[in-house]
Amino acid sequence: MADLRIGIDVGGTNTDAVVLDADGRVIAKAKRPTTPDVTEGLRAALDAVLTELGEGHARIGRVMLGTTHATNAILERRNLGRVAVLRLGAPATTSVPPLSGWPGDLRAAVSAGEAVVPGGHYVDGREIGPPGLDAVRRFLDGLEADAVAVTSVFSPASGDHERVVEELIKAEYGLPVSVSHEIGSLGLLERENATVLNAALYGVAAHVTEALVTALAERGLGAKPYLAQNDGTLMTLEHAARLPVSTIGSGPANSLRGAAYLSGVADAIVVDVGGTSTDLGVLAGGFPRESAAAVEIGGVLTNFRMPDILAIALGGGTVVRNPGIGPDSVGYRIVEEALVFGGSTVTMTDAAVAAGRTPDGAAGWRERIEAAVRAHGSGDMSERMADTLQRAVAIADGMVIDAVDRMALGKTDRPLVAVGGGAFLLPDAVPGASRVVRPEHAEVANAVGAAIALASGRVDTILPAGDSRSKAIERAKEEAAARAVAAGADPSGVEIVDLLEVPLSYLSEPAVRVHVKAAGPLAR
Amino acid sequence: MSIDESDIPALARGCAVLGTGGGGDVRTGSLAAVGAVREHGEVPLIGLDELDDDALIVPLSGIGAPTVSHEMIHSADEPKRIAEEIERLFGRPPSAIMSSEIGGSNGVAPVAWAARLGLPLLDADGMGRAFPEVQMVSMYVAGLPADLVIMSDIVGNVVTIRPVDGLWSERLARAVCVAAGSSALMADYVLTTVRARGAVIEGTVTRAIEIGRATEGAADPLGALQGSLGAVRLITGKLTDVERRTTGGFVRGTATIEGTGDDRGRRLTLELQNENLVALEDGRVRAMVPDLITVVDTETAAAVQTEGLRYGQRVTVLAWPCDPLWRTPKGLETAGPRAFGYDLDYVPVEELTAHG
Repeated sequence: MADLRIGIDVGGTNTDAVVLDADGRVIAKAKRPTTPDVTEGLRAALDAVLTELGEGHARIGRVMLGTTHATNAILERRNLGRVAVLRLGAPATTSVPPLSGWPGDLRAAVSAGEAVVPGGHYVDGREIGPPGLDAVRRFLDGLEADAVAVTSVFSPASGDHERVVEELIKAEYGLPVSVSHEIGSLGLLERENATVLNAALYGVAAHVTEALVTALAERGLGAKPYLAQNDGTLMTLEHAARLPVSTIGSGPANSLRGAAYLSGVADAIVVDVGGTSTDLGVLAGGFPRESAAAVEIGGVLTNFRMPDILAIALGGGTVVRNPGIGPDSVGYRIVEEALVFGGSTVTMTDAAVAAGRTPDGAAGWRERIEAAVRAHGSGDMSERMADTLQRAVAIADGMVIDAVDRMALGKTDRPLVAVGGGAFLLPDAVPGASRVVRPEHAEVANAVGAAIALASGRVDTILPAGDSRSKAIERAKEEAAARAVAAGADPSGVEIVDLLEVPLSYLSEPAVRVHVKAAGPLAR
Repeated sequence: MSIDESDIPALARGCAVLGTGGGGDVRTGSLAAVGAVREHGEVPLIGLDELDDDALIVPLSGIGAPTVSHEMIHSADEPKRIAEEIERLFGRPPSAIMSSEIGGSNGVAPVAWAARLGLPLLDADGMGRAFPEVQMVSMYVAGLPADLVIMSDIVGNVVTIRPVDGLWSERLARAVCVAAGSSALMADYVLTTVRARGAVIEGTVTRAIEIGRATEGAADPLGALQGSLGAVRLITGKLTDVERRTTGGFVRGTATIEGTGDDRGRRLTLELQNENLVALEDGRVRAMVPDLITVVDTETAAAVQTEGLRYGQRVTVLAWPCDPLWRTPKGLETAGPRAFGYDLDYVPVEELTAHG
């Protein structure tokens, strides 16, 4: 019986893994350091939960992985493929050619050449001109590339030119193709950038999926593998191979979804405290609230939807001084350097413990802090040390209160869910939050988030605001649901989880921009 | 003086400040300007006194819907078609390009247009800020006949309109723009140097660059910006409410800022229509259009567009006087509070803020 699932989250500091049973209970969990090549840390965390599980490996039906592979490849300009960048829109858009504004080193690492050829649509769906298939051939003939990125003007509303060119390239050149309407929303340059990055990541995606498949095979696991994406939902490996750029940002999404699941609260502010930083996000209906602003990755502006995350420089390893705290942190060296571990650096963990905030299983921490304060000198000196610790906690609480207020957008009725390894740092009451919830297994919330994720699909387009509007919206909903099924969802369980209509200004006929998202549990 | 690649970020920052919340995002225009200057070389920035009396000056601006301009970006050929049409109509080529509107994207993109045409850019514009409508330009206020509008679209269509006045130029230009896919490049007015004198707002390109430079690397960006603008600080605080609604093709709205620090206990509300139009405190007007009201990030002094206003932002609202041209009766009739539907008599920002 394949009733168990494993969630793995590869973070910056730790790789976490959990095993969930059929009722969704956490029955094994492990934290291992993330390794430079990522694969070793993944294997170590996987082995650790399998050992804790003991018997029953055959019962593992699914493994869900959230990884920072793709993000790191872009940040470090490593293992990226060479992309032929093709834009359909000429003579429109020629005032700003592809890859304008890219950092020179990233452009050099990624671009095999760029061209703007005829094609694309107007806002009302008319063709600017037919796709310039001969120009596409002239561009690609003799060009050495690993993949092609195709972006057509207004393709989120009219994707057929991208599809025609994709077919031509696959048939005549045998190259993998990224098409922009599958990747981003309106905003040509940002969508094109995301599409080029996506095409550059094909090799990286193949490496990750191969590592995961191999790790599972080595351990004799017949489980079906999935990858987590930036909206907190899952995709099959086939889907991930086509849209690797969607895995960027899956970490915060997983921790938000995990927090919702573990706490049973669907609308909340989630505060995830790590070693060096604290991420705040908002749950709306169990899903991460998405950022309205463009997202920069490796110096390149993109417009795909990412969780709206506010990161502040506060973590368990944040260095405490007199006066003030951080922004530097001892990071993973906390186990050697913090006072509670017998070290000599005063950290936020020490300050929190001195204030009576201790994590589970922290035997002797309080005593060690008291000893350290006493050892710091008698009388005045010792008092000053105690004072510094107290002030550090007040500053940290102030930072959290301020950040919670920003994320809450003035609403004060939502609870705060505290997760992450440093969640004990947070006070028991925060103005702006109705209460503070500390769920069990909060330290591995992100891995839990990966394990429980749904599959999803989305559509972003422009529709007339008149009589045909409701029919057009129905069609957009159907398309989003079909995309969710393509991503692995069970057709009978797909629901529309997000529908957003934005009226457009300065147009002749009233029009609305519509964003639809569908999600559902994975098909059995 | 000339504009090279290194001037463009400062120009863009300054244009964003002069956009008073509107005028479009400066990012795409900056990319176009950088690309064109790299390809065609730097653009000379000249004054009216450097042109012959009968030299032709072409005020240019992009016109269209923001959603469209983010997707269907301008063709590189649009300025060339307008220049060719002018040469056909006047029998001589244009001598300089001018920005119709220094605020927002239309302040930066002219560098690209001038570079592509191999023409100098006039250190002047038609607004000294950003306004939403075609007739809201200094040339109209100065009484120049709005008898010629030339538009060029992405596929190469050129439309020449001979409107009877400025209001018709707005109505007809908007209709052509919609037919062209809601994006076009437009020359409204073609000026000779003689006619431009007193009918354009001079020095605004240099001013935008100076404004951008003032905050660059400054220890106190906000103080530096305020000093450079000669602006009054209306409030420093936190955005606590943003409300938007679409009426008559424009996005209108209200933003509320609650004071923090020294301003604790105070509250400012901003009335918006693409641009920031009126600032109110306790029902009392503190600044109003055509004076300039800009919301900036308190820490970085970067301008925040009305579309970018979000709850929780730490912002400062600055206000400063408009060009004297806008304070004339015709100026106020064209772009004063009543032109935007506010039943208010115009009072200069200096008087409104004289007693704190």
